[in-house]
Amino acid sequence: MKVAVLRFPGTNCEFDTEYAFEKLGHTTELIWHEEAKLPEDIDLVVIPGGFSYGDYLRSGSIARFSPVMKAVKIYADNGGKVLGICNGFQILTEAGLLPGALKRNNNLHFISKHQNLCVINNNNAFLNQCTKGEVLNIPIAHADGNYYIDEEGFKKLEDNGQILLRYSDEKGNPVVINGSVTSIAGVCNEAKNVFGLMPHPERALEAILGSEDGIRMLKGFEA
Amino acid sequence: MTATVNVFLKEGVLDPQGKAAHHALDSLGFDDVKDVRIGKQIILQLDTDDKVKAEAEVKEMCETLLANTVIEDYTIEIN
Repeated sequence: MKVAVLRFPGTNCEFDTEYAFEKLGHTTELIWHEEAKLPEDIDLVVIPGGFSYGDYLRSGSIARFSPVMKAVKIYADNGGKVLGICNGFQILTEAGLLPGALKRNNNLHFISKHQNLCVINNNNAFLNQCTKGEVLNIPIAHADGNYYIDEEGFKKLEDNGQILLRYSDEKGNPVVINGSVTSIAGVCNEAKNVFGLMPHPERALEAILGSEDGIRMLKGFEA
Repeated sequence: MTATVNVFLKEGVLDPQGKAAHHALDSLGFDDVKDVRIGKQIILQLDTDDKVKAEAEVKEMCETLLANTVIEDYTIEIN
């Protein structure tokens, strides 16, 4: 598998993301935000975490207008798989490639810790290696992870199986972490080829560092 | 010409910063505060004298970049 990892001014998880996919045996290529085209032979685009454009105005609001994001939109519209992690999730909602928006955490804190997540839907290209109701231990690190969507939008997400993950306790019961609507930690689009989540699976690859649950998540794209 | 844009979270969308400031004002003894909303003000200097054109242009700026209309409302004032 060949993975394109996007890079904006202020991105800071691009090397962790490359490390993760290379550890799984894939090749990666860093793509600078000024590129108007994506390489033709890629299987996945990852928008990694960080603070693109210093989070100015709103997280992800300026990055979405980069030349490379126009290419990502075309790629996604043609069925290409896109994964946005943390700031990448924020960029995808700002770009309208994913529904909803990410607001400041309810407690106004930057939350950085390992967090349990419950798998809500696995019938998709991302979480197919995980089981429904399974609890994963993945680090989170964000200030603007408070997922908001209106009632009508939420119903659509639920009906179409677009809710991927919820913040939970070790038994899988939802917990309030940042104020997200029904504790949502990740969603996908209706066509199920664009995925976004606040937690960082690329930081959970080695048991000695606290968790290797991220491996199964990222491996989903191999299927 | 100056355009002043105010961006606020929509009515019904919880404003965590406003809520925190409200708590702080409460604890300082300002008992009359019913609600606090925190937003941002964006001031644009425009190189035009055409108020109608300016208004239309700033509206487009708000819709595309300055506000996220999923969660935010905005007002525009042109002087």
